[in-house]
Amino acid sequence: MPKTIAEINERIKNGKVVVVTAEEIIDIVEKVGVEEAARQVDVVTTGTFGPMCSSSVYLNTGQARPKIKFGGGKVTLNDVPAYTGFAAADILIGANALPESDPRNQVYPGEFNYGGGHVIEDLVAGRDLVLKAEAYGTDCYPRKKMETYINIRDINEAVLFNPRNAYQNYNCAVNLSDKIIYTYMGALKPRLGNANYCSAGQLSPLLNDPLYKTTGIGTKIFLGGGTGRIVWHGTQHNPVVKRKYNGVPSVPAGSIAVMGDLKKMSPEWLIGTSMQGYGVTLSVGIGVPIPILNEEICRYTAIKDEDIWTQVVDYSHSYPHGKPGSIAEVNYARLRSGEIKIHGKNVLTGSLSSYSRARKVAGILKDWIEKGKFFLDSSIAGLPDADSEYSCMPLKERAIMKKKKA
Amino acid sequence: MISKKIVLHFPAGLINKPIISTLAREYKLEFNIMKALITPDEEGLMVIEISGDEKDFDKGIKYLGKEGVRIQSLSKDIKRNDTRCTNCGVCVTICPTQALVYDKETHEVHFYDTKCIACELCIKACPVRAMTVKF
Repeated sequence: MPKTIAEINERIKNGKVVVVTAEEIIDIVEKVGVEEAARQVDVVTTGTFGPMCSSSVYLNTGQARPKIKFGGGKVTLNDVPAYTGFAAADILIGANALPESDPRNQVYPGEFNYGGGHVIEDLVAGRDLVLKAEAYGTDCYPRKKMETYINIRDINEAVLFNPRNAYQNYNCAVNLSDKIIYTYMGALKPRLGNANYCSAGQLSPLLNDPLYKTTGIGTKIFLGGGTGRIVWHGTQHNPVVKRKYNGVPSVPAGSIAVMGDLKKMSPEWLIGTSMQGYGVTLSVGIGVPIPILNEEICRYTAIKDEDIWTQVVDYSHSYPHGKPGSIAEVNYARLRSGEIKIHGKNVLTGSLSSYSRARKVAGILKDWIEKGKFFLDSSIAGLPDADSEYSCMPLKERAIMKKKKA
Repeated sequence: MISKKIVLHFPAGLINKPIISTLAREYKLEFNIMKALITPDEEGLMVIEISGDEKDFDKGIKYLGKEGVRIQSLSKDIKRNDTRCTNCGVCVTICPTQALVYDKETHEVHFYDTKCIACELCIKACPVRAMTVKF
């Protein structure tokens, strides 16, 4: 007995909607079967919280008096450089941006205590930021210099815009070399000293909708403590990959581009993050609601950690050189147990993505829907799927030809 | 007589030297090794209780310094900012004494400060900088 999103929204309005989290649906399907579960449940909420490097905020500061044109000039926020390739008062701050004065990895491993991710956190927390601007001056934008505090409550727009978030599955990283390495997957100790993974597994948005049946462009989501939307497939979206019988990819696959009003978000769900020896980033909380329109969709949401597999990848050699190759395949139940066995060796596991925060996101989204504060939207277009010809390619490097002298 | 608990950091090249036995033979100090391990940086780390005559103790400490051993008193305190911590769990494989432990049931990270030896490895390993050191 299929349902429609309009019917589910009607039930939200009447306070009759049945919402469960992606953890709770597992037990329900086990107890009453998928057919009955699909009849009883209207919405399954998912959640994830972890470092997501392709994140940014664009903002419009309002025009200064006299006017100054940021476009083509230089702007920093708390000394972190912003992108100024837009019009006069629009700038963009990326999560990975670093102050020019940061020593990076000159003192190895670098600490990366403050950067774009932290600027975004300070902005959403309502703290004053120091904006410094240099411009070349024009007849209509005469000013060449400006230094001022800005605050999110005083500026026109502040929009979180993340070109690649919520990866569908991710590698488990290890180090086969003889020395410690510092990666975006954390510090990896030599000779399989530890194994770090990064996925909310059975709670993760795209692992609960592995073939993108309901998740698509326009889908309304929990984003950074407020609401946002999926606006496109994420960069490096890679749907045509190895999948298990349940449709779940066993390597990194899909991703989503998301955006939303930063002014309505919270610093609890957008946290400036420092990866030792690697750089700065932003930890983002995302939750996607999945309308249970039919049995098939319900079956996908009942996925368990033990049925989601990923690859153990060596980050000392094969990853940096872009060489394919998996050392082992493990499931998330094993990873979350704290220890896995690789090459006969017991290896302790660490997670970068917070499962307890993912659970909280799914719980908040469930609460919003139950209380009638959040209605579902049909997506207006799907993401490129497993039957598409869409793929993620490596860079084709080509030698630059030297121009002949005239 | 004097007795003190201290943390010794042995730089990578020093691990093979018989430093502690010299401390006993030459400086007549008694010792009780409470914890000894090699960190991921190949640095030796030892929590040790040293006792003996006060003069010998001072000489022994001087000897350690001369050999390149970094000495740290155990009075340093590592604290966790619980509102900042996201319970991700990336610290648990870095902590050499299992003072940071992932709870499989609640999916939260427990911090047992009695097991902490203030090695400070977690400070920079924590992505949201929830661990802080207090002197």
